[in-house]
Amino acid sequence: MNPKEYSEKERALYSGHSSCAGCAMPVVTRSALASASEYNIVASAATGCLEVTTTIYPTSSWGVPWIHNTFENAAATISGVESAYKALSRKGKINKKYKFIAFGGDGGTYDIGLQSLSGALERGHNFLYICYDNEGYMNTGGQRSSASPFGASTTTSPAGTVHKGKEQWRKDLMKIAVAHNIPYVAQATIGNWPDMTMKFKKGIETNGPAVVVVLSPCILLWHIKPDEANTVSRLAIDSCFWPLYEVINGRYVLNYDPGKRKKPIEEFMKPQGRYKHLFKPENRHIIDFIQKRIDEEWEELKRRAEFDKAYIKSNSESEKQGRN
Amino acid sequence: MNNLKIFVDSKYIDNYETVLPLSGAHAVAEAMRQINPDTVAAYPITPQTPIVERFSEFVADGKVDTEFIPVESEHSAMSATIGASAAGARAMTATSSVGLALMFEVVNAASGMRLPIVMPVVNRALSSPINIHCDHSDTMACRDAGWIQIYSENSQEAYEHAILAIRLAEHPEIQLPVMVAQDGFITSHSVEVVRILKDEVVKNFVGERKPIHSLLFSENPVTFGALELPDYFFETKRQQQYAMEMALKYYSDIANELTKLTGHAYPMFEPFMLDDADVALIALNSSAGTIKKVVKEMRQEGKKVGLLKIRLFRPFNYELMKSMLKHVKTIGVLDRSFSFGANPPVFSEVLASLRSENIFSFVYGLGGRELYESQVRETFDNLLKGKFDAKINYIGLRE
Repeated sequence: MNPKEYSEKERALYSGHSSCAGCAMPVVTRSALASASEYNIVASAATGCLEVTTTIYPTSSWGVPWIHNTFENAAATISGVESAYKALSRKGKINKKYKFIAFGGDGGTYDIGLQSLSGALERGHNFLYICYDNEGYMNTGGQRSSASPFGASTTTSPAGTVHKGKEQWRKDLMKIAVAHNIPYVAQATIGNWPDMTMKFKKGIETNGPAVVVVLSPCILLWHIKPDEANTVSRLAIDSCFWPLYEVINGRYVLNYDPGKRKKPIEEFMKPQGRYKHLFKPENRHIIDFIQKRIDEEWEELKRRAEFDKAYIKSNSESEKQGRN
Repeated sequence: MNNLKIFVDSKYIDNYETVLPLSGAHAVAEAMRQINPDTVAAYPITPQTPIVERFSEFVADGKVDTEFIPVESEHSAMSATIGASAAGARAMTATSSVGLALMFEVVNAASGMRLPIVMPVVNRALSSPINIHCDHSDTMACRDAGWIQIYSENSQEAYEHAILAIRLAEHPEIQLPVMVAQDGFITSHSVEVVRILKDEVVKNFVGERKPIHSLLFSENPVTFGALELPDYFFETKRQQQYAMEMALKYYSDIANELTKLTGHAYPMFEPFMLDDADVALIALNSSAGTIKKVVKEMRQEGKKVGLLKIRLFRPFNYELMKSMLKHVKTIGVLDRSFSFGANPPVFSEVLASLRSENIFSFVYGLGGRELYESQVRETFDNLLKGKFDAKINYIGLRE
């Protein structure tokens, strides 16, 4: 799907919703629904920005059947829908084919909804889980979540005179999802739109559970301008704060390596007000610490992908031989 | 067949398949087998566990077509059941005690979305201290959660109530979830003779679920679980209350239909030697059985005692309670749970039934709806004029 095709797709998330100007979340949602537009879709959503801004009764932006249950159970809820679909199809009461997508923010996924997601992944339901990760509880005013990055000032880890923002490294949801031995896990962000929609499509076409974690910049609480979500998202990719990669049947595939063009983490942080305090000279060591750890994680990811590349190559060669 | 003759009235014998020695938990599992729900999501918890274990055997042996969802918690059990029910499935789960407490958040979501889920609950104490045995703290804590609640004296009732509950939940004018309670261990683990209806009889009685809305009607996409602000929330909740009023209205019709098949009556409140009683006890669940035995003994001693057993606790028929107790001089109400710092739950409802003072209820302000001074003034003015037609009234509701 190219942007032209995308723009011509019938909308499954209609305008008129109340998300903030410039918010990445509706882009993520619309792109996901467009990537799956050849299927009948049922979507679920966790409580959060997406649900609150799109379904203010008596209006709804959703052009597909949609359910919001509570905060922590988008995955469990969609697992029930998917099970109902299986049972009703088996009994001949449903003839159409359906695909299922669950949406959750990072609060509803990394934190309060982690168990529900884990259970649904382990049970092997056929669904795509999309986490739009804006790195905090943005719907309730920007509190820290386990996805909030180190050093960021949030309303529950504010930069003060003693503490300089969040003091814990963010949770690695990718590794957690991968540990469930599911067929497809990927990390994406709006800054590379073709990559993101490719992953949505792969996710929806996966037979079994799939997880795509999408960095979704928050205008309001990252303290960026409404036209900056995309550029900041690109800086996240280029600084390797948010590497683009997939884990297909347990094997890591790196989708983009900036190589020598890899940007210092400061360039990602600089436009964002949540990091403002770190640019005081006395906090330089915090940025240095973040840079060091980002570099380590990036090198580890590259090593892993390089290792798996050899495996994937030999595997595909033996597959070819097998066919011959 | 010989056994059937002993236990079943000849008039109804054709509707029955067999009699089985079953615990309350296994009796409910048997009802679930016959109901053959589309989905069952469940998590083990003592003393509910035998229900899901037995049902899993039915799944394993292909005796049901159900999609079984072995979830990782009760919260997810109810969440998945909500998803399934919203997708048009006949969806069931079962729980007990702290499991029900864990799912409390979504128990409310189920009734708010008007999903006709049926959930057997095996009554057990809430922690702390941890205790796995019977009391009613769990279901009583959910009495305001918008679920119909039916209480069962024994295994036979637990079995029949589960079947009855499906029709009650799915009635087009009700569309509410139902809890079918039985006492932990006392009923759930005690083996009794249970008369089992023929599969076909149950199948015909429960019929097929005909969902009004479904997530799987893609041609008519619906939004379940929307955000409602103070401008609409109160009206939606009023409809839930209306559904409870409809449950009260249609309960007896549905119960009578089942009576025609089983030969057993299912009154909301069941009198036992109450007609000429001077003193009565009021109870629900298995203690009703214990009390019946004592009532019989004491009657032989010439003491005019009786029992009123509560079957339908939500919705609660205050008028009926009042009329049934009219002649009773002294009433004792048994509660197997506290409402700490207040009147215990069953006592509270019976007391409310007997009150005849000029006291009226005004429900207001749900979901942030404002209360204005003018409305307070109007309420005063109306009270000064005298009585209201209804016991429950609403301030600031658009009807």
